[in-house]
Amino acid sequence: MEKKSLVKKITGSREALLAIILLILFAVVTVISPSFLTPRSLMDMLKNNAVTMVMALGMLCVMLIGGIDISIMSTLALSGMSIGMLLKYEKISSPLLAFLIAIAIGVACGFLVGLVISRADVPPIIATMGFMYVFRAMGYLVSNGGEWAGAAALGTFKDFATTKLLGINCVIWVIIVCYVFFFWFMKWTRTGRKIYAVGSNPSAAEVSGINVKNIKLLVYMIMGLLAGLGGALQVSIYASAMPDMQQGGEMDVIAACVIGGVSMSGGRGSVIGALFGSLILATIAKALPLVGIDALAQNTIKGVLILVVVVVNVVLQRVADRNALKGREM
Amino acid sequence: MNKKVLSAILCGTMIVGAACPVFAGTADGKKIALVGKSAGNAFFEIAAASFKEAAEAEGATVDVVYPETATADAQIKVLDNLISQQPDAICIAANDVNALQAKLEEAMAEGIKVSSFDSAPNKDSRQVFVNQAGTVAVGQALMDAVLDIAGGEGQWAILSATSQAANQNAWIDAMKTIMEGDEKYSGLELVEVAYGDDEPQKSTDQTAALLEKYPDLKVICAPTTVGIAAAAKYLQDNGSACKLTGLGLPSEMIEYTGADDEHSCPYFYLWDMQGLGKLSAYATIALVNDEITGALDETFTASDLGEYTITEADDGGTEIVLGLPLQFNSDNIEEMAKLY
Repeated sequence: MEKKSLVKKITGSREALLAIILLILFAVVTVISPSFLTPRSLMDMLKNNAVTMVMALGMLCVMLIGGIDISIMSTLALSGMSIGMLLKYEKISSPLLAFLIAIAIGVACGFLVGLVISRADVPPIIATMGFMYVFRAMGYLVSNGGEWAGAAALGTFKDFATTKLLGINCVIWVIIVCYVFFFWFMKWTRTGRKIYAVGSNPSAAEVSGINVKNIKLLVYMIMGLLAGLGGALQVSIYASAMPDMQQGGEMDVIAACVIGGVSMSGGRGSVIGALFGSLILATIAKALPLVGIDALAQNTIKGVLILVVVVVNVVLQRVADRNALKGREM
Repeated sequence: MNKKVLSAILCGTMIVGAACPVFAGTADGKKIALVGKSAGNAFFEIAAASFKEAAEAEGATVDVVYPETATADAQIKVLDNLISQQPDAICIAANDVNALQAKLEEAMAEGIKVSSFDSAPNKDSRQVFVNQAGTVAVGQALMDAVLDIAGGEGQWAILSATSQAANQNAWIDAMKTIMEGDEKYSGLELVEVAYGDDEPQKSTDQTAALLEKYPDLKVICAPTTVGIAAAAKYLQDNGSACKLTGLGLPSEMIEYTGADDEHSCPYFYLWDMQGLGKLSAYATIALVNDEITGALDETFTASDLGEYTITEADDGGTEIVLGLPLQFNSDNIEEMAKLY
């Protein structure tokens, strides 16, 4: 078989395309603001987008099985607010324990969401919309009706986000560990492959002996886990826990996945795609204030850029699919 | 009258007067309903608690009612209920300027006094509005803080919430007017008004962008509680030479407040929610007792807060302005952080 040309290789791979889009964005931003491509500025960007980046992995799993979860930022608020209050009222002091509690709350929330979706067969958008209100309200209840846990109340917990390990901020280590783990998990574990199988063709997966219901439950629990982790990260990074934090942020997470080529109808998407998707979104968010345009126009441009990236991606994917089919006919 | 009796009465009055200052018990048995915007606003609750305390010290009973959601519709339901209960006065923080007019007019027609604070319904829907601090007073305090922190001259920027936030824009406009109107601010250059949408993440991005674009930036003024905390954290973590002021919550800002290089915010402001609640209580009681009707230039004594005059509000109605916003610095922040 003849070797594919470089151009074909690139147009054939979604990830490579995204990498090119990201590089173009980097170049444009560097022209506007030369200090963008310094390690410090990049680290800042990663840190400021850690929550979205980590949670994009969960959304990837959810979207792979054709689901969606819009309750995640409420889960984040509930878990983040819970540890915020525990730390504030000195019930706990260990940062590790705080992380574990946040994650446990996240998993519990995800379990409930997964249970309703997989066992009661409620459409994911409806089920998670319900939980979006439930968890957000619980976040407010936990906060005694709107209290904040500020920097002073968070003790050593907030130091996690300012501590460096081997020259790299701990928050960024969390991102790296999550992405490496999920890259391995989705590609080389049986469970990871089952998620893809359920997403591509649920009935075929069922027939081949995969417990589709359990896989569904599992992905929402993974999402919940990462939302809980996101809650702890959010509180640590911004040194404050507020019950309304990240309201509306779920759309950024979904956008990161969609930009990264994750299909809304399931079965298609990769960890690398989610990585590039969230990096592209992060770069746009970082670049827009630098360009010096009107605040309302900034959101418009953000939306347009997301659409452009997605459309380019979809068109090129179609070309790639057609080429692949052509190969089969020959 | 017998001198002894007279002096005894005088002494008695003095003792009572000392125990509960000024018109003690002037509101005995009066019922006041305090209608909030929605449950779960810690900020409002500080004002509500101090409203309740002040009014109850005068012998009134205060019922704090919250609508189910932060909408005018939900407040209308609450008002419906209240009107049937016939309290002596309703003090409301309105969720909408115009939507409550019919209900509040109905209440006033029933003889219920209507005052408002925190956020006003339109001029026909109320007798008087108690304003936290005039827009100009906030602008003036912030402008002077910027001038002081910048050391008289240099670049400064504003980090606001959203570009549509009415109160933020009013303060920003006031600051601009004050800056242009006085020669002493001529050394200051406002380079940009950035918007962080009251999200820590976006506010951090905006702060970083301001520092990158204007390396000589001396002061950022953030008249929003989320923005100021996010900016304070970013500036302090990065050891930036740029300093910060604005409007913030003491409990959120305690780590960042201090006059030295270690801290990013020398001092900042916030209106006095306790004072607001208290003044609103006295104003409402004055309405109930027919000491005032809410007309322009009427005066009344708000217990230990002193004498207040009713002035004209921006919307053409009348208001009572509490005064200057409170300054928080390293001296009082520990104390105030327990409250706010």
